[in-house]
Amino acid sequence: MSVSYALTLIAKGDDEIVVTRTFNAPRQMVFDAHTKPELLRRWFGVRNGWTFVICDVDLRVGGSYCYRWRHEAKGMDLQFRGVYREIAAPDGFVCTEIFEEPFHAGEAVNTYSFVEENGETTLTISTRYPSREVRDMAAKSGMETGLNESYLLLDGLLV
Amino acid sequence: MVMHTPSQLDATFAAIADPTRRAILARLAEGEASVNELAAPFAMSQPAISKHLKVLELAGLISRGRDAQKRPCRLEAQPLADASKWLDAYREFWEASFQNLDVLLDEMKKGRNPK
Repeated sequence: MSVSYALTLIAKGDDEIVVTRTFNAPRQMVFDAHTKPELLRRWFGVRNGWTFVICDVDLRVGGSYCYRWRHEAKGMDLQFRGVYREIAAPDGFVCTEIFEEPFHAGEAVNTYSFVEENGETTLTISTRYPSREVRDMAAKSGMETGLNESYLLLDGLLV
Repeated sequence: MVMHTPSQLDATFAAIADPTRRAILARLAEGEASVNELAAPFAMSQPAISKHLKVLELAGLISRGRDAQKRPCRLEAQPLADASKWLDAYREFWEASFQNLDVLLDEMKKGRNPK
């Protein structure tokens, strides 16, 4: 039985999302799991019917990565790719992220940092988003979430 | 990850980062209210409340009535629902992924230290 720690997710400022999670494993191992395709294929984004169809990683500054998932039942693909800007194994890396159809096109910058303490590793992922045109996305999302539920959720998420 | 937030979401998050503005939104969830009614529970002047209302209005989270005297405020639900849904999907992606990763890391540790 593996240990699972809680995830924290915070919307910071007006353009940043920060995810933090601790793992019961040494830093090099957690770093490898985020940068080696044969390991990524076994966990990253694989859930609820989504499976990998492309998982390419060229881990060097200026090298690119591409992930593509497919959901057979929904007949949908999801893809993102980007370029590594900085790599300092096993402390962390910085990469751009270009998110493609069916979502809005654009580029974000992700900073991954891995900190080990007492044999456990805390990962922090900061994603900085560009400013976006106002309307495009709102039009794409038909939302039904109950309002009170939204408040509770947002209250919990925001600092 | 992964999903790009459009500037409507940016504006929403910026607007609700403030606890007073969240309290105002919670009050408006019960029904429309005038500036005076909104100011009452806070130790704040009416102009200070009006400033918060302006931010909320610019972010599209509330609208103001035409009545020049009262200009009642009312909640616009859609942007908040969008923000919530977006964060929900984001969180779900990471939670599910990291639970897989916990299992994988355990396997990797066992492989490294065979017993």
